[in-house]
Amino acid sequence: MTTVRTPDPPVAPKAARVPGSPDRPAGRRRKSQPEAFAFLTPWLLGAVALTIGPMVVSLYLSFTDYDLFTSPKWVGFGNFAHMFTDDDRYLQSVKVTLVYVLVSVPLKLTVSLLVAMLLNTRRGGSGFYRAAFYAPSLLGASVAAALVWRALFMGGGPVNEVLAFFGWHTPSWVDDPQFSLASIVLLGVWQFGAPMVIFLAGLKQIPAELHEAAAIDGAGAFRRFRHITLPMLSPVIFFNLVMEAIHAFQAFTPAFVIGGGRGGPADADLFYTLYLFEVGFQDFRMGYASAMAWVLLAVIAIVTAIVFRTAKLWVFYDDAGERR
Amino acid sequence: MTVLPRSARSAGRHVLCLVIVAVVLYPLVWLAFASVKPPDEILSRLALLPTRFVFDGYTKGWEGAADVGFGRFFLNSFLVAGLSVVANVLSCSLAAYAFARLNFRFRGALFAFMITTLMLPYHVTLIPQYVIFQQAGLVNTFVPLILPKLLATEAFFVFLIVQFMRGIPRELDEAAIIDGCSVYRTFWHVVLPLSKPALVTTSIFTFIWTWNDFFTQMVYLNDTEKFTVPLGLRLFVDTSSESNFGAMFAMSALALVPIVLFFLAFQRLLVEGVSTSGLKG
Repeated sequence: MTTVRTPDPPVAPKAARVPGSPDRPAGRRRKSQPEAFAFLTPWLLGAVALTIGPMVVSLYLSFTDYDLFTSPKWVGFGNFAHMFTDDDRYLQSVKVTLVYVLVSVPLKLTVSLLVAMLLNTRRGGSGFYRAAFYAPSLLGASVAAALVWRALFMGGGPVNEVLAFFGWHTPSWVDDPQFSLASIVLLGVWQFGAPMVIFLAGLKQIPAELHEAAAIDGAGAFRRFRHITLPMLSPVIFFNLVMEAIHAFQAFTPAFVIGGGRGGPADADLFYTLYLFEVGFQDFRMGYASAMAWVLLAVIAIVTAIVFRTAKLWVFYDDAGERR
Repeated sequence: MTVLPRSARSAGRHVLCLVIVAVVLYPLVWLAFASVKPPDEILSRLALLPTRFVFDGYTKGWEGAADVGFGRFFLNSFLVAGLSVVANVLSCSLAAYAFARLNFRFRGALFAFMITTLMLPYHVTLIPQYVIFQQAGLVNTFVPLILPKLLATEAFFVFLIVQFMRGIPRELDEAAIIDGCSVYRTFWHVVLPLSKPALVTTSIFTFIWTWNDFFTQMVYLNDTEKFTVPLGLRLFVDTSSESNFGAMFAMSALALVPIVLFFLAFQRLLVEGVSTSGLKG
């Protein structure tokens, strides 16, 4: 009986970058198998009817006024113009979301990398910690966790009390425009386990000889981190950065719950997706909501493109493009 | 720099880890105790342990809202999550087999497209999808929550299974083909059974993500009868009166129980799944 080997421990980022190259050597091109389309039918239907089709339609709707019940009315670039010149709540939602992405993503990645390094010892035995740190990543996205978070950060709640004990008297975090977003950022950071597990897998791939050789040459812990760990781990950092940023742009549940369903005090928690939901499904301004969705897509695409572009400068591939 | 003996450093590491464990798990432990505290103690007393155990929150919360009990919300959530698991496993493994093993025109382009949809924000397709389901009279049913999964729109899982299937030795399915198996039977009797670990990972993550999903369920479900657990909990979002705290935390605790159980049962697999595929938890 042949044992099946588990899939190449595919250092995630590299796997994600491999396009659909057939496993066959090139040159020996096999003929198309008609059965393939039987297998692909559900996916193809979904791709056409639920992805490409709706994308085209929503692009069209973004140039219209549409309330779901009367037919769409063409307004040209009116929606986009309104967004950036005339809609203070829109601009507020952009600001809140950008602050959230720029603060929570680096913070979460830093915490997850530090904890991963703490757990990365050669002698194992960190399975329990790894599991415990990972748990919030599964629970944290739920309404229940956000409700708990809201209570923890309320006036007189545990966070207030503990900080007051150390002499820092804070207002009720969730009701204060200055603090409210910070509590949502912390809820995001609490879920550091998922990127941590990916970092840990990456750290295990770094050959111990590199550290040993550097240590013999007199490099201290910090220099080894700076000149060995960081470059060797850069593909994983890159992957986590892209994924976390894409997710952070789309955060919804914590903002909805902690902001009390309305964007929080002085719209301090008015995340982009929350405003989109309000516009589309409470005001039924579906043209405007579509336009917002396309701006979101454009921003995510631009940010991803920038990260990919700059990747050449800081992401180091040990195998120089060669697949293991 | 002083070099500490190995045992001291190891002990220090464990202490640090335990401190982090305490901080990370505190909200969950807090919730468990808050759900059995007398309502007026929940915020006012810092101590985790209640002065007396009160289960009113559970009985009161279970009554639900508008004559629909919380049990119904749980049933609905289990139904949606269960059907989503079946739909995802079926449709994603079919597509994955084609991408991993079969030759067809535009394979490279279609695969690249599938990978691109991984990064697509859900919102660009949301409104037209809503219009389609609304025109078809399917808003306020579970169809809009499950049909997309039956059509393999969750590219994450297609990708996960493709990666796994590529790791299965080709000789196994080639032997089956040489012995006269059709492509379909090879898929069903050889490749699919060997892909079990990937299918289990897909099932668990689909269950948990659907269980936690709030946005889609809020968009599509309006009747209290159709509410799922997150929508039931949403009713507490507006309340800030202490009298409702008991019910809110009791139901929140119950809502997390299925995920915690899944996590305890499969934690090894879940963590491995994340580290080998880069899945987002």
